Amino acid sequence: MVMNPVTPSSSAEKQAQSSPPISAGPEGSQLKPKWDKIKSAGAAQSPLLGAAMFSPAVLYILLLIAAPFMLAIFYAFSDARIGSSEMHFVGLENFRSILQSPSFRKAVDNSIIFTVVAQVVVIICSTALAIALEKPFRGRGFIRFLILLPWVAPVSLGTIGFKWILDSIYSVITWLLIHIHLVSPLNPPMWLGEPGLAMGSVIAVHCWRLIPFSTVILLAGMTAIPKEIPEAAAIDGSGFWRTLFQISIPMMTPIISVAVLFGTIFTFTDMTVVYILTAGGPYDSTQTLPSLAFFTGIQGSDLAAGAAISLFLVPVLVVIAWGMLRVAHSAEVV
Amino acid sequence: MALSRTARHIGAGITKWMVLGIFTVLLAFPFYWMVIATFKQNIDLYNTENNPFTFTLKPTLEHLRLLFQETGYVRWLGNTALVGVIVVAITLFLSIPAAYALARLTGRWGQRLGIGIFLTYLVPPTLLFIPLSRVVANLGLQDTIWSLVLVYPSITVPFSIWLLMGFFKSIPRELEDAAMVDGLTRFGAFLKMVVPISMSGILTVVIFTFTLVTQEFVYALTFISPESQQMVGVGVPIFLVRGDVYFWGSLMAACLIASVPIAFVYNLFLDRFIAGFTVGAVKG
Amino acid sequence: MAVVQTRNLTKVFKQGELGAVNNVNLETREGEFLVFLGPSGSGKTTLLRMIAGLETPTAGEILIGGRVVNDLTPRERRIAMVFQSYALYPHLTVYKNIAFPLKAQGVKRELHKEKVEGAATLLGIRHLLQRKPRELSGGERQRVALARAIVREPAVFLLDEPLSNLDAKLRLSAREELERFHRRIGTTSIYVTHDQVEAMAMGDRIMVLNKGVVHQLASPKEVYDEPADTFVATFLGSPPMNLVVNGEVIVGFRPEHFRPSENITDPNKVQFKFRVENVEYLGAEYILSGVLVGGAVDGKKAIARLLLGQSFEVGHTYDFAIPERHLKFFDKTTEKRVSARAVAWS
Repeated sequence: MVMNPVTPSSSAEKQAQSSPPISAGPEGSQLKPKWDKIKSAGAAQSPLLGAAMFSPAVLYILLLIAAPFMLAIFYAFSDARIGSSEMHFVGLENFRSILQSPSFRKAVDNSIIFTVVAQVVVIICSTALAIALEKPFRGRGFIRFLILLPWVAPVSLGTIGFKWILDSIYSVITWLLIHIHLVSPLNPPMWLGEPGLAMGSVIAVHCWRLIPFSTVILLAGMTAIPKEIPEAAAIDGSGFWRTLFQISIPMMTPIISVAVLFGTIFTFTDMTVVYILTAGGPYDSTQTLPSLAFFTGIQGSDLAAGAAISLFLVPVLVVIAWGMLRVAHSAEVV
Repeated sequence: MALSRTARHIGAGITKWMVLGIFTVLLAFPFYWMVIATFKQNIDLYNTENNPFTFTLKPTLEHLRLLFQETGYVRWLGNTALVGVIVVAITLFLSIPAAYALARLTGRWGQRLGIGIFLTYLVPPTLLFIPLSRVVANLGLQDTIWSLVLVYPSITVPFSIWLLMGFFKSIPRELEDAAMVDGLTRFGAFLKMVVPISMSGILTVVIFTFTLVTQEFVYALTFISPESQQMVGVGVPIFLVRGDVYFWGSLMAACLIASVPIAFVYNLFLDRFIAGFTVGAVKG
Repeated sequence: MAVVQTRNLTKVFKQGELGAVNNVNLETREGEFLVFLGPSGSGKTTLLRMIAGLETPTAGEILIGGRVVNDLTPRERRIAMVFQSYALYPHLTVYKNIAFPLKAQGVKRELHKEKVEGAATLLGIRHLLQRKPRELSGGERQRVALARAIVREPAVFLLDEPLSNLDAKLRLSAREELERFHRRIGTTSIYVTHDQVEAMAMGDRIMVLNKGVVHQLASPKEVYDEPADTFVATFLGSPPMNLVVNGEVIVGFRPEHFRPSENITDPNKVQFKFRVENVEYLGAEYILSGVLVGGAVDGKKAIARLLLGQSFEVGHTYDFAIPERHLKFFDKTTEKRVSARAVAWS
């Protein structure tokens, strides 16, 4: 079920259009006044009832999302610390010091690299997977269940599994590589201990988690393409690859955008994978903005600096929000 | 075309199965691995000579015993379940009326509100956790599960409203109009007609909210320090270690037990979740 | 030379069940407009799709231009197809839509413009070339679909109920345009529909299908005046032919031939008493439905179609008759048409 809730029609005009169920006859004359009463009562009472019904949710969201967001900005300009109730305005001091810190610059780089590389890998893999899963076959449901496991398992638990899989001594992957003689048992790869490999490992875990999500979303987009379109393309003489790249994928642009946008958020704002897998190490080589914000703000007790670091997530989020709105708007026009 | 139609068919089929095979293995093998590690004796597990994919020594239940009897795992599961149930209740209470109101009763600016609510879903915990840690501390909820009960709906409510909004829109207005002609007020029609019909949508929100609670990490890590109060998502990676020593067998068991049932249920409701994510992007 | 032929063509979807298409043999004539007519589930679309190459037959052969094409992809069969929804590529302009088959078949870039504009001019859509499909009306979309179809100069046109998605008013003008288009282009065309009016208006020949079996393949006149069995007899014509069982035969007569006895000058006529139970005034004609009274057909339902029916009242019985030459006879068991015979009416 797919839908477009961005176009609710006004209740007043809808109610004016709906006509009484019985058009003529003696019973009709009894119902008509009742109908009119409902219409007028409905039209008058609706805005109030509506406001009453959504204001708890809106209030909650304002209190627990909008207000803390404002607070984060406020802290970033202060010297707030954990354990101290004092707080003074310090202007741009926090920003100055973090912008000079090499850890911060590495974190920004990493956040961008991890996110971009992960999205590219994920889109390619999930497109291939979605194509493979498109036509029904026996056992498809079971395979789908298996494929979904990385996404639905709690982030921290899947990641801790990988911590064991990527252990420098006991890694299952190392064992395999040794047995096909690609790696020497005397010099096993330090998957999480060597900066380059550690970055790759973090990216790999993100991809592992995101491919199922992305695949399922792309599948939904693929099945939404009317089946006559690829048939028309086949009759027009288009082969598999041409139909895929010139017809199917362009038609799926909105949904691919949704998958990429969500994937970007999930990767860019995630701190769990980094925290559990590498704790930002070795030597900050896998630090990202959210993880750095956590280590600085909570472990390091410097709430202000932590808040300042986390605010750097905002520009990317704004771009993503803009992207989402564009997708929703363009889909509306079609 | 040099190849005949059947040859091409077979070629395509082989590629498809190869792709499926490779990805299924890559994506699911960590869980297979977890199953094996759960039951492998430590001597077997920590021996790098042995084949990691099979049992060289007889399987054991020792890790499970340790997990359930000597760690806070059961306690964590209990905490998570309790928080889950309460948060589900709060989420339903907040989002069902809000989604209905947005779907039915408001005009132009209702549309804007709807988009606004969706956009709040994009504000991540990793941005809000620092100010919220202060708020939680000031409210005296630090180190208790009630901090999470307060904060988790901020993650679950926006998406739930979005999901339910689409669902309510697909219910024809005539149903409520007919109920009102029969004498119910608009709110009465909502309670007695719309809500019962929307049970599957509401169930979806319940499952989704519960899985979000079990998945959450940042807030639980930030707000709660003592082991006994912790959620399972934080307890397992953080507390199943003594010093630098990870109890991998028990760890894998813990992961498996917490992941698979959720995966199973999530899978059943998958199509609805996808609808929630793709809303507005695909015209049905 | 016949353009499209099928021999014993069969398609079974589920093992053990009756096929969607069963042993169909047909042969088109060069340049004709052949209509596959039948209710939903009759197999007409499946048959068309097999000819197009979108479904593989379970048994039998398909020949296009004398060549067996069973193993060929749709691209290799040199056919063009217009789908019910027109299947225009929504993200491409009209120009690119029409150019797509040329691109896919590797036609040189330089030739595209000429061919596309040629096709567009033929269909009167040159002014729409830069628009996107979503900006076009239903009729315009049909023309784009047709342009895309002819730009490759195919041997056969296949059309799958292209008028079904249009509203009633548009359907008429779109139908007319299709007829004019066919007269202009002259390519052999196969047209699928469930609408018998469309079939009668457009077809050079009509193939009537039901449950995957061909009941009759003949010109509209023959299918209407000399139906091969009761299915064809009742499927064509609205209201359908009246059928009454009498002894070992079923006797059929069309409502327009069933008139007040005094209006029929032909002395060879069969007379019935007809009790009217419902009168419908449709503007151009009256539809009287009722029951035959007395004799061998007492109690059987019948419908009459008259230009002037205002004097007929519900509940009254009148003297109606049918000229004998307009009676059709069908075998009671096989339901197939048999020759005229004497039948007792009283």
